[in-house]
Amino acid sequence: MTAPHRRVAVKPDDLASELARASRRGFLRRTLSLGGLAMLSGCDLSTHSGVDDALRAVLRFDDRVQAALFSRQRLAATYPAADITRPFRFNAYYPDWQVRAVPDNWALHVTGRVGRKQSWTVSELMALPQESQITRHICIEGWSQIGQWSGVPLRVFLQRTGADLGARYVAFRCYDGYSTSIDMASALHPQTILALDFDTRPLEPQWGAPVRLRIPTKLGFKSAKNLEAIEVTSRFPGGYWENQGYDWFAGV
Amino acid sequence: MRRSPRSTRPAHPVPLRLMHWIGVYAMGCMMFSGWTIYNASPSLPFVFPHWTALGGWLGGALAWHLGAMWLLMLDGLAYIVYGLATGHFRRHLRLSSPPDFARDLGAALRFRLAHRLGHYNAVQRTLYAGVVAVVVLQVLAGLAIWKPVQLQWLVDLFGQYPVARHIHLALMLAIASFVVVHVSLVAIHPRTLKSMLASVPMESEEQP
Repeated sequence: MTAPHRRVAVKPDDLASELARASRRGFLRRTLSLGGLAMLSGCDLSTHSGVDDALRAVLRFDDRVQAALFSRQRLAATYPAADITRPFRFNAYYPDWQVRAVPDNWALHVTGRVGRKQSWTVSELMALPQESQITRHICIEGWSQIGQWSGVPLRVFLQRTGADLGARYVAFRCYDGYSTSIDMASALHPQTILALDFDTRPLEPQWGAPVRLRIPTKLGFKSAKNLEAIEVTSRFPGGYWENQGYDWFAGV
Repeated sequence: MRRSPRSTRPAHPVPLRLMHWIGVYAMGCMMFSGWTIYNASPSLPFVFPHWTALGGWLGGALAWHLGAMWLLMLDGLAYIVYGLATGHFRRHLRLSSPPDFARDLGAALRFRLAHRLGHYNAVQRTLYAGVVAVVVLQVLAGLAIWKPVQLQWLVDLFGQYPVARHIHLALMLAIASFVVVHVSLVAIHPRTLKSMLASVPMESEEQP
């Protein structure tokens, strides 16, 4: 970019370095608009990465506060069936016409710090103890809706797989490209379930078929749909939104 | 207009001026990032203009909102402790009697209300005490919608989660209205701005 007499205006290499820098600063550039600059008059462009780092540090502090506030005994409020929101709002990182069908030969893979690294079919999951809940799904955007989910308590599932319950995280990978992760304490909460049913019927693809996480003690984006793999790990796994700057703990 | 006799006490002590401006910054961050968060899923038929948006996108705005909230809460707690401990609340924010309030409000609306630095008239007392109460309620409503499960008792004070969310929005509008009135009055009496920035002596209680 600095050579003065280059013939080609933009070469792919130039773009690559620009794009790399843009992605490194992506979080920051989106955090600073005119409103941001108005609050930061006096900061010039060179200090912006410092603001970015400060925001991230505060988010990590918030995560520690949230973990301290969290109690495994405290249950999310439950509601009568009459309170269920109808129609239920579809939500994903893509529009509903991009919902994918369950892949052939689908199985739920379990990896990481578990005793049995086996794969589970839907009927095997259905054979495990089931729990049902009518709880409020609260989106990070602020809206909320009440729905009914039933399935295997994640705690029961983790015990059946011989998971190391002293590991720090449980990570979820989905066949639609989505991913997320939660802390072990929240994974063992009695209302955290691997849902197989929504509204008393087997999950349809747009509601997370064939199995989804349902965790009413966290914001909606943590309740990953269309699962294909669960990993028990102590290495921070991040997630689709978390890597872009959503607060990781995301407790409610 | 005669000059008021000068006293040596500043109209606003240094801690108050400091807490005022930290509060302005924290509240500004909260309000502008809050508007960006609201815009992610507007619950009423309007959105806030994008040029006011702090944080740029929902994730960035939440980072600002959940960061500035600590500054606002620390500043607010310091102010409340200071106000109670030094007698600032008792001396300056105690609500006046309704007849006094009616008299001062009438004078204010006719632009005839005298303003003496360091002394609050009945309208100011009501506005300042009111906005302090509203900000306290606003922080509680905000905590309720941040932690509706862990702080369920707080949500119950406001009703259900969606109700608390609307109360949070309504209280924001109340604070924004206060800011409009407050800044307009400062524009009419610019020396009050100077007294909140620098050490300007308190004016006599006597009518100038």
